[in-house]
Amino acid sequence: MILPRLASPNLAFALVALGVLLLLAGSYYGLFVSPQERYMGDVQRIMYVHVPSAWNAMLLFTLAMGCALAYLWRGGWGWDAHHEALLEGAAVLSFLLCVQGSIWAKPTWGVWWDWDPRLTTTAVMLLALLGILALRSAVDDPEKRATWSAVATIIAFVDVPIVYFSVRWWNSLHQMQSSPETVSAPFIVPLRLNAFGVLALMGGLALLRARVAARRTAKELGPALPPMPAGAALEA
Amino acid sequence: MNVFRAALYKELLLQWRTRARVLSVVVFGATALLLMSFAIGPDAGALRLHAGGFLWLALLLSSTLTLEASLEAETEQQALEGLLLLPVPPTILFYAKAVANTLQLALLGAVLVPVAIVLYGAETARPLALFGLLVLGAAGLAAPGTLYATMTARARAKQTLLPLLLFPLVVPVLIAATKASSLLILGDPMRQLAAWLTLLGGFCGIYWTLCGLMFGLIVED
Repeated sequence: MILPRLASPNLAFALVALGVLLLLAGSYYGLFVSPQERYMGDVQRIMYVHVPSAWNAMLLFTLAMGCALAYLWRGGWGWDAHHEALLEGAAVLSFLLCVQGSIWAKPTWGVWWDWDPRLTTTAVMLLALLGILALRSAVDDPEKRATWSAVATIIAFVDVPIVYFSVRWWNSLHQMQSSPETVSAPFIVPLRLNAFGVLALMGGLALLRARVAARRTAKELGPALPPMPAGAALEA
Repeated sequence: MNVFRAALYKELLLQWRTRARVLSVVVFGATALLLMSFAIGPDAGALRLHAGGFLWLALLLSSTLTLEASLEAETEQQALEGLLLLPVPPTILFYAKAVANTLQLALLGAVLVPVAIVLYGAETARPLALFGLLVLGAAGLAAPGTLYATMTARARAKQTLLPLLLFPLVVPVLIAATKASSLLILGDPMRQLAAWLTLLGGFCGIYWTLCGLMFGLIVED
């Protein structure tokens, strides 16, 4: 198998470096420059990593679904490699999202966990992502692994809004989500810096992880068959 | 339609011939129901309050055994590959298997309801509506369950893989079916039953269509 055409590692490293810089700047601004929130105090500052994690977790899962669709529709190992990388990125961010949510919930709501639609949907999404990654690790045939996990990703992605609305009907406590439109100006800068920081960092890491996945698949599939000599088909 | 009937007949015949295994699944479900009561304690009111949830948890846990078993025969001696050689669209094979699994799960639920009545006092004034709910909930479990079982039957660690994939996906089924069952057992003064049944019906509509479309991809590789 010939390695699929992937983004240059230099681009990936540049994105990682940009992500780290933006996160450093965003964290400094969020911790030392941005004013203290009137009701929640310093606890509110977790929003500067929590909200960017939420946006990017959903974005990475959506992109993974796009790669899954593209693999099923058009084929190509590059789509499968990116699918695997994005699934892992989405799982990491979903896990961080649950942890950050719990850390914020304890001083604010008095409990580590609440059965709020977004928190519960994130937990379900994390478990679904871990299930798909477990499926990938349990299938040895690269073609079956790519097709089955692509199908599982599409099925799980469709489930996310249904889980959200069913849990919302079941129970709801979460405050309205934060966005640049709902928070005052001094809070927007660190929120935006960190959002783009997480995006660049996870984008760079996903590109690097896709290269690892592509190399593993190339090794599993073995070398490409030699080209057929001219006229061989006629002789046969 | 004749092809679908033949495929469904084959599935039902297969289930009938392995009925001894069905009995063990029923015993498993009843045991799960019994064990759940120990988590609450001997408070009759609390047990009745949570009876709907216990019933659907027992059914969900038992469903993995049923779904796994329905695909076990297909993986022996590459029977599935043989089936695919027949001039039958894979979608027909999927729907036949999913309908057979729905019937089996609904019947399992119907057997577990009397156990729940005895253990938790979960009587309902609308037994037919409860049976309809069992069929709808079983359909919600069976469509994605059949698709996932077809994948995991041919993967390593299939016993753990199927629940890992299925359980997060069917959270809306569990929520809607539990709420609807509780309303049937405890009463529905606010007339909320229709909303939960709509959610369950919507889930079934989406996943019966989606899984039917996807089945061909996972078996024709």
